[in-house]
Amino acid sequence: MIEAILNYEFLQNAFISGLVIGVIAPLLGVFIVVRRMSLIADALSHVTLAGIAGSLYLSQSFSWLILLNPIYLGIAAAVSGSILIERLRRLYKHYEELAIPIIMSAGIGLTAIFVSLASGFNTDLMSYLFGSVSAVSRQDLWIVIGIAVIVIVFLFLFFKEMFVLAFDEEYAYASGLPAKWIHFLFMLIVALVIAASMRIVGILLVSSLITLPVAASMRIAKGFKQTIIYSILFGEAAVIIGLVSAYYLNLAPGGTIVVTSILILLIVILVKKIVLSSNAKERGAVK
Amino acid sequence: MSQTLIDMKNVSFQYEYTQVLKNISLKVEEGDFLAILGPNGSGKSTLLKLLLGLLKPMTGEVQLFGQSNETFRNREWIGYVSQKSNAFNSGFPATVEEVVKSGLTKKTGLLKKMPKDANFKVIEALTSVGMEQYHTRNIGQLSGGQQQRVFIARALISDPKVLILDEPTVGIDHENVQSFYDMLAKLNEEQNKTIILVTHDVDTVSNRISHVACLNQTIHFHGFKKEFDTISQTQLDNWYGHSVRKIH
Repeated sequence: MIEAILNYEFLQNAFISGLVIGVIAPLLGVFIVVRRMSLIADALSHVTLAGIAGSLYLSQSFSWLILLNPIYLGIAAAVSGSILIERLRRLYKHYEELAIPIIMSAGIGLTAIFVSLASGFNTDLMSYLFGSVSAVSRQDLWIVIGIAVIVIVFLFLFFKEMFVLAFDEEYAYASGLPAKWIHFLFMLIVALVIAASMRIVGILLVSSLITLPVAASMRIAKGFKQTIIYSILFGEAAVIIGLVSAYYLNLAPGGTIVVTSILILLIVILVKKIVLSSNAKERGAVK
Repeated sequence: MSQTLIDMKNVSFQYEYTQVLKNISLKVEEGDFLAILGPNGSGKSTLLKLLLGLLKPMTGEVQLFGQSNETFRNREWIGYVSQKSNAFNSGFPATVEEVVKSGLTKKTGLLKKMPKDANFKVIEALTSVGMEQYHTRNIGQLSGGQQQRVFIARALISDPKVLILDEPTVGIDHENVQSFYDMLAKLNEEQNKTIILVTHDVDTVSNRISHVACLNQTIHFHGFKKEFDTISQTQLDNWYGHSVRKIH
């Protein structure tokens, strides 16, 4: 397979962007999960899909648009979706989660309209839904790398503020941090990461790469930094195993990556249980 | 002469149609250990939010360290310890060390790295609340009282002049309340921290406290603890209804 990667550009694109996403999705995922925003990632991914479907439809109707990479409209949709979610969350202060179904259904609804307006899509849309090893272009790869740079620079610059905001929002405001602005930037970054991940794992499964490695990591990590490190390790493992098996078994990588993440999660939960119960036995034996 | 750190002048506040605070005037001097006593709905939380600059008064003015609250920039001089129960989710994956260190965030400033001696300061702050041996534990593994101490350490690490605590004894076992107050009194005496705590429970107004303020929409009393002790139950009933009981 390594030979194939060296020989075929499309495989290089898929693998490199997979590895990059395997870092940034779980990295940002830690913040998303601890702030209990996992479902927001899901809502945003559906909005992104609307942007993609819209772009595919437009490129069918206006031939000059065929050159436009659908990911751009996807990113634009995700970013506007994240802004709208924030607006709605403030509007429905006591029912913050209401923003999620509103945005999510808006995304799916618009997608449905674009799909039916377009006289049938080719396989393209499927690859956006479930990811694809072969559909990642060089341009997609550069976009993914660009987004990764933005994410890492953002977290590098605002790590300590992001931690405070995640741990205790009230304290963040009370201590005079520009919490509102940092939160806003964070939402934009989440939108970018979703748009970046979609090419490999597919829209419907983006949130899995954001949440599953974190869920596994939280079972065993001690402290916040460790949670981040394990999340990235699990994310990378899922991407590598998932992509390799997708290639050999000719499956959609979204599926194999998600199933691998779930297996990792199950193994971690099981191992932790076994360790805990054997520890308890040892303690029992000492007594 | 001690400095006036907090000065509320004729402050009123209302949410839409409900008047929450009326003509509050309250001065806190450097070195005070003040308990603000008020039942639920007396406007305690609103008062704290006004002090912290999270809300603006409708009328009147809040001054901190002689400056208007609106232009006051040295927020790190005020250490805030929120009510533990609603402040964070207890499964949060962070060590005690990481939580305490995050108290330096504002003081360090945006786009700047934590100072080199941050870890030393963490231990120092944890030591002053008697929690240094727990620094590598996950915050979720501690008891309510221990978590509260960690949050105080988080406030102390930026070396604030004033500590504001919201219902600090909620979630602490009755037998540990006394040692908790001993610790606060030590911070008050040895590190000269001005301490303001808000509580609904007259029982927790311990003898370690120097001043008491009775709040129910307005300040009914503000004076030394000794004077507060002479207030009769009938008088308290007048201010609070029957929700605050004195036990002698």
